[in-house]
Amino acid sequence: MNGTTTATLETEEAEVGFLVRAKGAWTVRLVRDLDGPLREISPKRARGRDAVIDVTGLTRLDTAGAWLLHRTSEQLRVAGLRVSYRGETPEIRTLLEVAEGYKFGFNLRLPRPPAYLQLAERVGAAVVSVSNEVRGVLGFFGLLLGVLWRTVKHPSRLRVVPLVHHMERAGLDALPIVCLMTFLIGAVLAQQGAVQLQKFGAEVFTVNMVAITFLREIGILLTAIIVAGRSGSAFTAEIGSMKMREEVDAMRTLGLDPMDMLVVPRVLALIIMLPLLTFIADIMGLLGGALMVWQMLDTSPGVFIVRLSEAANFWTFGVGIFKAPFMALVIAMIGCYSGLRVTGSAESVGVQTTRSVVQSIFMVIVLDALFAVFFTAMGI
Amino acid sequence: MSEKEAIIRVRGLRNQFGPQIVHENLDLDVYRGEVLGIVGGSGTGKSVLLRSIVGLQQPTAGTITVLDRTISEMEEEERKRLEQQWGILFQDGALFSALTVAENVQVPYREHLGLPEELMDELASLKITMVGLPSDSCTKFPSELSGGMRKRAGLARALALDPDILFLDEPTAGLDPIGAAAFDTLIRDLQRTLGLTVFLVTHDLDTLHATCDRIAVLADKRVTLHGTMDDMLRSDHPWIKEYFTGPRARAAQASAIG
Repeated sequence: MNGTTTATLETEEAEVGFLVRAKGAWTVRLVRDLDGPLREISPKRARGRDAVIDVTGLTRLDTAGAWLLHRTSEQLRVAGLRVSYRGETPEIRTLLEVAEGYKFGFNLRLPRPPAYLQLAERVGAAVVSVSNEVRGVLGFFGLLLGVLWRTVKHPSRLRVVPLVHHMERAGLDALPIVCLMTFLIGAVLAQQGAVQLQKFGAEVFTVNMVAITFLREIGILLTAIIVAGRSGSAFTAEIGSMKMREEVDAMRTLGLDPMDMLVVPRVLALIIMLPLLTFIADIMGLLGGALMVWQMLDTSPGVFIVRLSEAANFWTFGVGIFKAPFMALVIAMIGCYSGLRVTGSAESVGVQTTRSVVQSIFMVIVLDALFAVFFTAMGI
Repeated sequence: MSEKEAIIRVRGLRNQFGPQIVHENLDLDVYRGEVLGIVGGSGTGKSVLLRSIVGLQQPTAGTITVLDRTISEMEEEERKRLEQQWGILFQDGALFSALTVAENVQVPYREHLGLPEELMDELASLKITMVGLPSDSCTKFPSELSGGMRKRAGLARALALDPDILFLDEPTAGLDPIGAAAFDTLIRDLQRTLGLTVFLVTHDLDTLHATCDRIAVLADKRVTLHGTMDDMLRSDHPWIKEYFTGPRARAAQASAIG
């Protein structure tokens, strides 16, 4: 079936005038190769004042083909020829009328400013968005402190069931992953430390190193980062999807404060659970370290405990635990704040969740650095 | 009029999600050049039927033939070719949000045909004019358009390759009555000029009156009745009676006649 699988074009000078003959199936799938030749049809080749587009040989036509016919006829008309169609059926006429409805001169390209302007624009937008973000988080922090103080004054406002629910979700459910990670890091720290210290013949200090780094820094830092990734993001996604479905607005109209209902239980849950998780993380890290030095350096668990009590006092452990509630506050606050900033679309939930995790991990590390300076100055 | 040719043929279709059976032994024919409206209560599987026909949903049992080719038995290549012969308008247009309206319409040209850039621009503009969008909407992103305009843009993309069959999923849902009426007219006009076969899932009685040649009612897990509007009005089936002669139906009928 030649007629339905090819589209061809012939031009010739006939007695009726300049003749353009369209043959076969002029459909969108077949007209690609006709586009160029049709554009090149030059009316200068016409000797007379007349042009005829012969569509008798068409087996099929769709809007793309009709457009090409119309475009060609316009091309010839603009050049001063009288154009007529030969052999058009009602179907072809209808399609040509569709094509005639289109006016030239649509602008399909987005205007793009020059590269240096785009660069300046993006830098400026980033600066403004960061400063807005900082102002927003600080404002929310103030609001949260106010609400927490109100909760302390009127403990009956505290929602106990959600509090316990979030303690389970953010604390208890995080135990396996926290234990596993800290155990492994403790073991790795001991193993690497032992290898390096052996070079100085100082392998006996491996226990000191593991104990101090883990209790002061690694235990809390690792736990806070895991919790930020796990619970901070969950807070944002949960509150964000409620915001998206207008549940938060519904709450307000029913006279319930979303701060009381959604934010306070999550913040308090994390403030309570993060120190506990850190405590367990410290134990698991030391356990990992103890097993590793026992295996590598033949330091028995009994000896390990004696060394541990010589190397670390209460404050070595206390410094780590002391940091936990502050980090919990920051993680939960950023998680909830990002959730409440979600606007209509599902896309926005994703954007805010990513932002929440990045921001809270960043803040955890900044806070840890500040605490390091503080405790050094205090001489602890 | 010649013998009617069934362009879509569904036989013994069964769709099951876990214990819930949506379709059981469902038969349906769609003839070339007609507008078939699919109606049914919520949860009767109107959209599932549409998704089964276009191959987005693997049916549990049954055969579906489109343009004499069986959906489930097709090779990858053949399937791709068949997919170019239908266009689908999803409920909210389902435009790609990272692309402008014009780029959305050009996606099929770019992917399947590799047309020259200039011709693609012309054809995209033509399609955008055809669905009645203003020329400045070409460079807009879907998020900058109203619901009605998004649907029109979705329709322009569905029509990009001049398909034989057009699937519409609730085309007037979420539009105001004026926008919905304009969309009905647009569908009918395009169907007439382009000789389309339209498979239309809807809840909207006005759309049924304004555009459909035939109506198929989904109830009791199958097509309970198919026929013209008059057949619907004559039916004794309780749901059909309620649907087509209830208070809202009378208003729609009055406006269709008047």
